Amino acid sequence: MKVEVRVYPKEGVLDPQGKAIAAALGRLGHGGVRDVRAGKVFFIDVSGSDAKAVEADARKMAEELLANTVIEGFDIRVVQ
Amino acid sequence: MKFGIVVFPGSNCDEDCYHVAKDLLGCEAELIWHHDRDLKGSDAVILPGGFAYGDYLRAGALARFSPVMESVAAFAKKGGPVLGICNGFQVLLEAGLLPGAMQINRGLRYVCRDVHMKVENDATPFTSLYPKGSVVKMPIGHMEGNYTAPPETLAELQRAGRVVFRYCDPEGRVVDSANPNGSADAIAGICNREGNVVGLMPHPDRCSESLLGNDAGIRMFESAVAALAAAR
Repeated sequence: MKVEVRVYPKEGVLDPQGKAIAAALGRLGHGGVRDVRAGKVFFIDVSGSDAKAVEADARKMAEELLANTVIEGFDIRVVQ
Repeated sequence: MKFGIVVFPGSNCDEDCYHVAKDLLGCEAELIWHHDRDLKGSDAVILPGGFAYGDYLRAGALARFSPVMESVAAFAKKGGPVLGICNGFQVLLEAGLLPGAMQINRGLRYVCRDVHMKVENDATPFTSLYPKGSVVKMPIGHMEGNYTAPPETLAELQRAGRVVFRYCDPEGRVVDSANPNGSADAIAGICNREGNVVGLMPHPDRCSESLLGNDAGIRMFESAVAALAAAR
């Protein structure tokens, strides 16, 4: 199965990258941009066909390694 | 007195630390490969600077799973002195041996220059030879040194005197213009609750002999020697 884990700066945590990107978008004429937060996505291919179990496993992966939960939040989407 | 210096794939200040311990202080020193679980009888352990595992994912994130880190954690738990310098500090944060996390510098650039720091805690095994309140100059070289932690953690660090070094100007004033990376509360270094685990972003290993134009860093290593002598 394929599972996606999105990792992003927690709400309220200062995100210097997101701020810089927002400023750059503004300079490019995208005046409507209020805020940007920059994160990353992990596309993971796992064996197993039980979506619930795959999701639980991905959650563990995120907590143990993919996200630094001091500053980052995450969400999980089982794709297929 | 024996210093054990951990070598991760991508460490690049391990030899600098070894040189300081062995050649400048005349102590025993040994490089410890990250797959080794044996700390080889080290009295103090140093996690050196560099780019462990290429800083993939996050700085320090993969290094913390190296086998040696279990031994380092056990050593720290028993009260053994552990010093994390720059990338070594990032590893200590990711390993949970120190609280908080590093973000990319607020200027979004790698910063490589001398900074000044105020000594806020002279009770750790690595800072006892610096007078409290004194100003120390050391070089930094990092991309992710923007220390952050939840407000309650920052309050606890402050309350318990666990901020070891703060970025300041040459006169010792903690002002924003002297903060090279945007660190919360101008934090350059912290310690654990017991004080035996210390992490800092600046590099004492790169300023430990007058040949390099600055020997302010050697007192961190000398402090460890003095702390151990006092404990014996």
